[in-house]
Amino acid sequence: MNPAVEHSHKELVELRIPSRPEWVALARLAAATVANRLRFPIEEIEDVKLAVAEACTAVIQHDGHGEFIDVTCEALSDLLRIRVRDSGRHGVARAQAPNMNFDEARIAGLGVFLIRTLMDEVSYDVSPQGTDLLMVKRLTGATDH
Amino acid sequence: MDIKVNVREAPGDCYVVDLSGEIDVYTSPKVKDAIGELIDRGVYFLVINLEKVRYIDSTGLGVLIGGLKRVREHGGSVNLVCTNPQIKKIFDITGLVKIFGIFESEDAAMKALV
Repeated sequence: MNPAVEHSHKELVELRIPSRPEWVALARLAAATVANRLRFPIEEIEDVKLAVAEACTAVIQHDGHGEFIDVTCEALSDLLRIRVRDSGRHGVARAQAPNMNFDEARIAGLGVFLIRTLMDEVSYDVSPQGTDLLMVKRLTGATDH
Repeated sequence: MDIKVNVREAPGDCYVVDLSGEIDVYTSPKVKDAIGELIDRGVYFLVINLEKVRYIDSTGLGVLIGGLKRVREHGGSVNLVCTNPQIKKIFDITGLVKIFGIFESEDAAMKALV
């Protein structure tokens, strides 16, 4: 993991993990640490952890060909922006479908449903180089913990 | 990160599966194997105790759903014990509270097994 890079208004953490199940815990730990730095409430830190894990899991389960997953966490003043990029051809997008209802989500994957439910904004971009999933969680109320 | 699985026999042809730790894409196969082994042996009434589970994701939910489907094919049932609000929240938002019996205590979960 690269050290956090200080900017005037944001912190950036970049993490590259092998695209394998045993590394997903590290990705969610990194995201949780950044969310904690922003003083997200504990419950919302758990939301972020789960969303990042689900994104990485989708890559691993739907694309066995990629070698690694890049997770980028940007802590801005009032929001956390997380990108999950894979090096495969399908990745997150294969499990994604717009405007899913719950029944569809059960078929396509509970993970995608959880990401869309837990995060404030979710979008993705597909290219021949892989899938780029962008998730945003806004800080709704600062708490001390 | 790890998951601990403990299986114990309970009165009335029922087994309790105690889970402790984190259930994710890495650890869920261990849970799946433990539940699958019981069902293969003809155990169709299960209480799965999640009180010591700190984290569960969709792969963990998938394992529980898979177990429930299998025991229902034999007229069985799976009840869960869950007191962690974050874990309960996952069951709430996925709608799984409607298909699992979720209880605050093992005793209540056992009594509700039919």
